[in-house]
Amino acid sequence: MEKAIILAGCAIGAGIALIAGIGPGIGEGYAVGKSCEAIARQPESKGEVTSTMLLGCAIAETTGIYGFVTGLLLMFVVPRIFIGLL
Amino acid sequence: MNVEINGSPILATLPIFGGIPLTATLVVTWSIMLLLTLFCIWLTHDLRVDHVTTRQTVAEFLVNTAQNFVDSNMGTRFSHYAPFVAAIFSLSLLSSLSGLLGVFSPTADLSTELAWAVLVFVLITATKIKTNGIGGYLKGYTQPIAVLTPFNIISEIATPISMAFRHFGNIVSGTVISTLIYAALGAASHALFGLLPGVVGDLLSQIPFLSVGIPAVFSLYFDWFSSFMQAFIFCMLTMMYIAAAAEAD
Repeated sequence: MEKAIILAGCAIGAGIALIAGIGPGIGEGYAVGKSCEAIARQPESKGEVTSTMLLGCAIAETTGIYGFVTGLLLMFVVPRIFIGLL
Repeated sequence: MNVEINGSPILATLPIFGGIPLTATLVVTWSIMLLLTLFCIWLTHDLRVDHVTTRQTVAEFLVNTAQNFVDSNMGTRFSHYAPFVAAIFSLSLLSSLSGLLGVFSPTADLSTELAWAVLVFVLITATKIKTNGIGGYLKGYTQPIAVLTPFNIISEIATPISMAFRHFGNIVSGTVISTLIYAALGAASHALFGLLPGVVGDLLSQIPFLSVGIPAVFSLYFDWFSSFMQAFIFCMLTMMYIAAAAEAD
């Protein structure tokens, strides 16, 4: 019974942790849209805008990655620790 | 359906210092380092000024590309960082791409990225101390007001951690998604060909036909594009943090 509760809690927690993916999705979409506008306005600045956008996207992605790592920990590491404690 | 996602397997234990576990990460990383070293030695042996060979042209092209990449992002003041950035880039790229060969990809292990990130963190701190002096470096923690010191310390520590997690998370998410796609396509073809009647259906449903070509499309993004992207971003961040650390406050 305790085992089932622990596993269920970990699975639900992992699911909730991946809600963090929404934020980077919106943020990166906004950044890409803006850089498309910038390239449309000044096509000659394409290279610089693209590399800046990729860097910005990578930084915006960080929170999503934190959510993903939390989800991974909840799926693969935490159950083993807690079930070992029982 | 059986899905297995594992960390780096321990291949052997070295019998020194009370037993050091020899993981697949270590073995593959050292193989890649050996490969890169041999490749560099082969590229750069026997260079000459006239009658340039193709091999030398390739070597010059690679060195020029790395040098221009660093110079354009950090300024010529930091051109001595080009070997470091190029080394991190090639190691990261080959480590991520080694997953394509079926061996354990070292970048799917947090230790690898954390080691690189700690290296970069040491460089950033050294650059800061060199620019502002040890007093100026410590004083930087109390800027703009002394109350913010704990937050400054946290943001300082967050730099290497976020760099490592970014690279690790992107590679591992690719690995997890490819594993899930393989398993799902295998199950789908099992269900699909199981619909055929008789012995033929039983036989065909054992072979995962659907997972032949389709995962390659996803692999193009998750392995090729993501590997290049993460190596590029790790190097860009390294250069930007070091260049920013050299600006005196």
